[in-house]
Amino acid sequence: MMSYLIRRIAYGALVLLGVNLATFILFFTINTPDDMARLNIGTKRVNQEVINKWKAERGYDKPLYLNPKRDGSERYTDTIFWERSVSLFTLNFGRADSESAGNIGAEVATRMWVSIQMALPLFILQVIASTAFALLLVMFRNTRLDFWGVVACVLMLSISSLFYIIVGQFLFSRVLKLAPISGYAPGLDAVKFLVLPILLSLVARLGTEARLYRAMFLEESGKDYVRTARAKGLAEMVVLYRHVLRNALIPIITSAGSYLPYVFLGSLVFESFFGLPGLGAYVIEAIGKQDFAIVRTMVFLGSLLYITTYVFIDIAYTWADPRVRLS
Amino acid sequence: MPKLVLLWTDAAMWLLLIGLVAYGATVVRSPGLAANWRKVFRDAPALASSVLLFLCLGLTLLDSVHFRPRLPQAVAGQSVAYDSRTQSVLDWTLSSLVESREATYSKPLDYLGFTKETLVVDGEPKRVAPRLVHGGSHLKDPARTWAADIGWRVTVGMVAGIGVWALLVALLIALIAKTQTLRFGAAAELVWRGHGQIPWRVVVWTVLVLSLLLGPTVALMGHYHVLGTDLTGNDVLYQALKSIRTAFVIGTLATVATLPLAVGLGIVAGYFRGWVDEAVQYLYTVLSSVPNVLLIAACVLMVQVFLDKNPNLFETGAERADLKLFLLCAVLGLTGWAGLCRLLRGETLKLRELEFIQAANAFGVGDGRIMVRHIFPNVAHLMLIVTVLEFSSLILYEAVLSYVGVGVDPSMNSFGGMINLARIEMSRDPVVWWSFAAAFGFMVTLVLAANLFADGVRDAFDPRAQSFRPKRIALPSARRTTV
Repeated sequence: MMSYLIRRIAYGALVLLGVNLATFILFFTINTPDDMARLNIGTKRVNQEVINKWKAERGYDKPLYLNPKRDGSERYTDTIFWERSVSLFTLNFGRADSESAGNIGAEVATRMWVSIQMALPLFILQVIASTAFALLLVMFRNTRLDFWGVVACVLMLSISSLFYIIVGQFLFSRVLKLAPISGYAPGLDAVKFLVLPILLSLVARLGTEARLYRAMFLEESGKDYVRTARAKGLAEMVVLYRHVLRNALIPIITSAGSYLPYVFLGSLVFESFFGLPGLGAYVIEAIGKQDFAIVRTMVFLGSLLYITTYVFIDIAYTWADPRVRLS
Repeated sequence: MPKLVLLWTDAAMWLLLIGLVAYGATVVRSPGLAANWRKVFRDAPALASSVLLFLCLGLTLLDSVHFRPRLPQAVAGQSVAYDSRTQSVLDWTLSSLVESREATYSKPLDYLGFTKETLVVDGEPKRVAPRLVHGGSHLKDPARTWAADIGWRVTVGMVAGIGVWALLVALLIALIAKTQTLRFGAAAELVWRGHGQIPWRVVVWTVLVLSLLLGPTVALMGHYHVLGTDLTGNDVLYQALKSIRTAFVIGTLATVATLPLAVGLGIVAGYFRGWVDEAVQYLYTVLSSVPNVLLIAACVLMVQVFLDKNPNLFETGAERADLKLFLLCAVLGLTGWAGLCRLLRGETLKLRELEFIQAANAFGVGDGRIMVRHIFPNVAHLMLIVTVLEFSSLILYEAVLSYVGVGVDPSMNSFGGMINLARIEMSRDPVVWWSFAAAFGFMVTLVLAANLFADGVRDAFDPRAQSFRPKRIALPSARRTTV
C-alpha cells in the first residue's frame, strides 16, 4: 500500500506541474504582462511608462522563462516563471496584483479557517442528511412517500442555488429575524453567522445527492445477499443499516469525496452572499478586481486540494471495504 | 430593406438546427433508434417536457435572426444608414414591450408607479404614486375600471387560448388520422383514451395549460406590464423571454462544444491504449483537478483581455456581447469534456475486446474505420445521454457564473443577470419581488423540463443504468396525477 501511495502522490505532483504550466501559459504567454497591466490600470491614463512601473512593482518586468543577462542558476531563477509559478510549490504566493490586496499567502492563511469552519460541518451534515433521506425513501420504496420524495428531489435539483440563498436570506433573516443577514465574527460568535449558509447549502444540494444515493441503495438492495438477509428473517432496518448501507459505502465515498474539494471552493457563492471572509469570497473579489495573481494562486490551491482528496478517497476505500487492496 | 446581421451564436444555433433535422432523418430511417425515441416519448413527463422545450426552441430561433433596421433618410439621395442597435425578429414582434418603457419599478399589472413622487395635485404639492406612462394608460378612471378591464382581458385571452388549443388539437388528430389511416373520430378516440404508442393526450393537456397561460398574457401584454418593470423601467416579461435564448444557447452550444474533444480523445485512448491512453488520461486528470469555476474564470478573464485588445472586431454592442457569449460557450466546452471523455474511454476499452471488433480486425479493417464505423455507433447513446443531462446543469451554471462575474455580458439578458439584480431588490423596503419571481418561474420551469426530458432519454437509451425513478406499477394514484 505504501508503494501505491508514493506512486499516487508522485503522479499527483506531475498533475500539479501540468496545471501550473497550463495556467502560466494561459496567463503570461497568451496574454502578455502588458495586457494585464493595461486591464488593471484602466483605460484612461495608460502609457508605456505607467505600464513599466506597474510591471516593475510586481516583478513582471523580468523575462518569462530564461534570463540571458544573468549567469549560472540565476539564468533560470530570475524569471517570472520561477518566481511566480515554480515558487507556488513552496507555498510562496507572492503579492497580489491590485494595489490594496497585499500578500496572498497571509490572506490565504487567515481566510482558510473561515472556509474550513463552513465547509467541514457542511460536508459532514451533507453526507448524513442525504444518506438519511435516501434510506427513508428506500425503506418506503414503491409507495407514495417514495414517489413524492423523488418528485421533491427532482424539483429541488431544478432550482438554482442562488434562489435558495435569496429566499432563505429573505425568509430567515429579514422576515423571521432568526439569523443575521450577513457578516462574520471570530470565535464562538461565528456559529450564528454560519448556521444559515450551512443549512441553505445543505438544502440546495440535497435533491441531487439524495436521488443519487437512493439509486445506489436500490441497486445494492436488489442483490442476492440482501435477499438472503431478508430470507433469514432479519428486520428491514437491520437489512438496510447493516447490509445495504455498508456495501453502498464505496459509491458514497466516491460521490461525496469528489465533492469535497468543491465544498471548500464551491461554497464560493455562499461565502460571498453571506459576507463570510473565506477563500471563496476572496476568489470572487479577485475576479471582480481582475487580480490574476490571486486567481492563479487559487487555481493552484484548488488542484492541490483535489489531488490530496483523491489520495484520501483511496485510503477511505480500504477502510470501507477490507477486500480492497491498493496496488 | 433592413440589414441582416449574422451573429456568431445565430450561425451556431442554425447549424445546430440543421444538425438536429439531419439527426431526425437518421432516426426515422433507423428502426432501432426510432424505437428508443418512441420509448422516450411514451414517458409522460418527458413528452410534456418536450412540448415545452419545443416552444422554447421556437422562441430561441425567433430570437436568433438579427437585423439592423434602416433609418429614415433625412435628405433624399443621402447614403443609406442603419440603426446602431441590432434587433431580432423576437424584439420586432414584441416591440410594444420594448418601447413601453416606464421611469422605474412598477408592480405587475399596475397602473401606478411603485415609488412615490412629489406632484402638484389641486394646486398643492403631494407625495403620490404617479400614473405609469404605458401600463394601463388607456384607462380613463383606473380606480374604478382597472379590475374590470383586467378581468375582461384575461377572459378574452383565455377564450382565444382555448380556441387556438382546439385548433391545434384538431390538427394533431387529423395528422394522426392521416398517418395511421384512421377516421377522424377513431383517431380522436385513440388520443382521448391514451391508446397507441405515444400518449398523445399528455400533449393535449400540456398544450391546454400553455394556451391558458399564454392567451391572457398576450391579451394583457401591450396594455399592462404583466410581470412589472425593473429599476430602469424595462418590462420584466420581455427580459425573461430574452433570457430563454441565452439559457438555450449556453445549454446547447457549450455541451456540443465538449463533444469533439471528449468523443475523439475518449475513443482514441480506449482503442489504442498504451501511451496514447496515458497521455489522454493525464490531460483529463489535469483538467478535472482544477475546480471548474476557477478554470472558467481564468479563461473568461483571458477572453475579456482579448476582447478589450481587439475592439475593431465588432460594429455594435450587441455583436460584442454575442461574441462574448460564443467564447463563453467555447470555454465551457474546452473545460468540460473530461467527464464524458472518461466515460467513453471506459466503454471503448470494454468494446474493443468484443468479437465483432476482433472480426473487423481480422478482416483487415483499418483502425480509423473501426473507430468510426464500429465503436462510435456503439457509444453514441452515452454521448446523447450526457449531452441531454448537461443541458440543464449548464443553465443553472450560467446563473452562478454571471453572479461571479464571468458569465454573459451584463448588457445581455440572462437569468443570472436577473437574479443578480433581484438580490438587491429583495433587500429593498417595500420588497421588489416580481423580477425575482419571474426569473425563478421561468428558470425552474425550463430546468425542470430539461431534467425530466433527460431522465426519459436516459431510461430509454440506457436500460442498464441505475434508475432514478420510483416504479410506476405500484402507484395507481401517482399515475393519475402524471397524466
